[in-house]
Amino acid sequence: MLAQSTAPEETRFLELKPFSDEMIVSMGPQHPSTHGVLKLELRLDGEIVREAIPHIGYLHRCFEKHAENLSYEQIVPFTDRLDYIASMNQNWGFCLAVEEMLTTDPSKFESVPERAEYLRVLAGELNRIASHLLAFGTYGMDIGAFTPFLYAFRDREKILFLFEKLCGARLTYNYIRVGGVSRDLPPDFLDDVSDFLDYFEPKIDEYNALLTNNKIFIERTAGVAVMDEEMTINYGASGPNLRGAGRKWDLRKDEPYSIYDQFDFEIPIGEEIPSLGIVLGDCWNRYMVRMDEMKESVKILRQLINKEWPEGPIMASMKAIRPPEGEIYSRSETPRGELGFYIISDGSAKPVRVKVKSPCFAALSALSELSRGLMLADIIAIIGSIDIVMGEADR
Amino acid sequence: MIQQLNTQMIILANLISTDSTIAAQPVGDNWAESIASQFLGFLPDWLGPILVMVAVATTFVSVVPLLPLVLVLMERKVSAWIQDRTGPMRTGPWGLLQTLADGVKLIFKEDLIPPQADKLLFRFAPYLIFTCSVAVFAAIPFSQSILVSDLNIGIFYILSISSVIAIGVIMAGWASNSKWSLFGAMRSAAQMVSYEIPIGLSILTVIMMTQTMSMEGIVAAQDGVFSEGKAIATFLGVEIKGSILDWMIFRSPFTFLAFFVYFLSSIAEVNRTPFDLPEAESELVAGFHTEYSGMRFAVFFIAEYANVFAVCAIASTLFLGGWQGILDEDQFIPGLFILTGKSFLLVFVMMWVRWTLPRLRVDQLMNLCWKYLIPISFFNILGTGIWGLFFRVDSTLSIGISFLIISLFVISLLGIVFNSFGKLTPHDQTALAGNIGTTNLRRLESSWRDRHEH
Repeated sequence: MLAQSTAPEETRFLELKPFSDEMIVSMGPQHPSTHGVLKLELRLDGEIVREAIPHIGYLHRCFEKHAENLSYEQIVPFTDRLDYIASMNQNWGFCLAVEEMLTTDPSKFESVPERAEYLRVLAGELNRIASHLLAFGTYGMDIGAFTPFLYAFRDREKILFLFEKLCGARLTYNYIRVGGVSRDLPPDFLDDVSDFLDYFEPKIDEYNALLTNNKIFIERTAGVAVMDEEMTINYGASGPNLRGAGRKWDLRKDEPYSIYDQFDFEIPIGEEIPSLGIVLGDCWNRYMVRMDEMKESVKILRQLINKEWPEGPIMASMKAIRPPEGEIYSRSETPRGELGFYIISDGSAKPVRVKVKSPCFAALSALSELSRGLMLADIIAIIGSIDIVMGEADR
Repeated sequence: MIQQLNTQMIILANLISTDSTIAAQPVGDNWAESIASQFLGFLPDWLGPILVMVAVATTFVSVVPLLPLVLVLMERKVSAWIQDRTGPMRTGPWGLLQTLADGVKLIFKEDLIPPQADKLLFRFAPYLIFTCSVAVFAAIPFSQSILVSDLNIGIFYILSISSVIAIGVIMAGWASNSKWSLFGAMRSAAQMVSYEIPIGLSILTVIMMTQTMSMEGIVAAQDGVFSEGKAIATFLGVEIKGSILDWMIFRSPFTFLAFFVYFLSSIAEVNRTPFDLPEAESELVAGFHTEYSGMRFAVFFIAEYANVFAVCAIASTLFLGGWQGILDEDQFIPGLFILTGKSFLLVFVMMWVRWTLPRLRVDQLMNLCWKYLIPISFFNILGTGIWGLFFRVDSTLSIGISFLIISLFVISLLGIVFNSFGKLTPHDQTALAGNIGTTNLRRLESSWRDRHEH
């Protein structure tokens, strides 16, 4: 159809062989809705996608190799840059792993102070709301509605303002450190959070009325790209993607870390609504789980604020962070799923190896199978619904 | 493509040929000659009219691009209000000069043509689209006196000239030699050709009622038909010239439906959300004008907004009484402002829709057109024919029945909406405006409640 590029065959970055009626299109890495720098190589028959191959690595920054040459404290700010939408949860995931290694030698490190755990839940849940807000807003924009995006950013801004008060940063916080957190509560901070929750909770219903229940939105997402429970587990995808497929699995509930066992909250899961064509594990359910999770986060935060906050230190006292020799795999529930850190230590101040089990990478690997036979516009809907952040997939 | 368009036009022409031959109005006196003889008598006979025509054409070609200046600012402000922002505020007072500044910037930008592009078609495409967009304005009556040409086939001319825009879009997409541009162009072609049909059929409903295709004739047919509205107003103590009873939209339930079919299809025709697939920025980057920059891009932009205004002006002329006001006993407000006001109101609705709704997928777009809008349009034509059999154009009974049916329709629609309103949370009620499918919403709400209880 079109004049093909005159570049020699071997220099082209193409893996697909098109049939005569088909067209190879490179979607990304510079494209408005690939959520960062994802490149998709598409074999298209008109509007229909015959094959889609995701190419990653455009945001590769050698996090794992860097980590081998840094002390544990120095790695924490690097984890901010993994999933930069939910940095608090990334900090937390790494610190959990290191702390778990440290506790094997109780003479050096016992546990994280209780007040620090409170602060961690506060920061983590606020960041979960901010992350899901961004997922909601960009998903609306992917589907073609621009207004929800700006509403979401308006509200996310309020959370970033709270974080700025809490730790001085708006995107890469470096707030949760190994052994505690970096700063205590600023004055009147809990009142500010409470005000925010009062403002924000009704907004979720507004967003549902604006976008979630919109007829066109449901048409676009219901029954599209069904990733059922078995397939989700086979690909290793977790978090909202798994819960959208109907599996009640949330590490905060099933393997409670920190003080999550003290809170009363639900695990929202996907649901079939045959009259609207909504089935388990479709784009709509994956999206809807995030909307419901924001409500649950608000619930957790309200309980947290109304608790009796313990006084005391916010950082455990230790001389140096030198985990005993050994290895550990520790996972935590981030907004995008289970984030695992696999760390091997030789007893020195630097890890021998750090491996990140990335929820985005797992979800992204299902994209190829999900998008086969669908239309070009559906690809956008899938990328938005599995909610990837390339910073974490590429590392 | 062109053949398809032609066939469509021929079918349309055949359908209406019997009416139009009867109703064709004599083209008015040659205004160019009369003006020339009045003011330019010293020039040779052949030169004067040509000069007058050139002057009028120049005026139009330079005035039409000014419309987008207003419309773009309006779009940015309306979207800002909807999205809880202020919009442009820095350039000029209240951001009034923003679009002017944008335009100046675009003029000074480097003129880029991709090396692999078909240079001739690449250059030609924007001007083809622009020409067609401006040419549409030649047949729109802005007031009794502001009308370039009262063609006896005015609305037919508008339909055909606006169909050519699809060719310009394909030309741009093909000449860019970019896959995204080609995608946009193909989508656009499919969409424009499909949605031309419900537009044509809806217009046919009006033509059947008015028995004329002249735009001026259609406006005249919406003037002083019923004295009932005037009588009611006099009873209430207001002196009016015409009433909205005369508007084509209220003449029969079928024209009422036709108005909505026309308006919906025209949103698709000008490629705006929820039908903005040809330039869906989240899918196709920028659609058929991906590779364009600088002034060529600006020309696309101007043509797009000129089109938006044109379809709204046509809708006002055909269905909402055109330039005629209600209180203009002595031309109280000039017709130009009345038509512009009505059109801007419709443009505002388009913007409101654009900044509220998501985008359809391409198969859903075609479903909407072929499975819903076209059958409804055929039903309208059938209904209008039957209506014409039973009622004279100015019969009081017809307008009475028409109003009865329309109000029943509107009331039942409102009833559905308010009925479901009562069962929603207060926050949903405030945010629901503009959303459809409220019964589904209720089902969803209850199912969520169930889910959280378990």
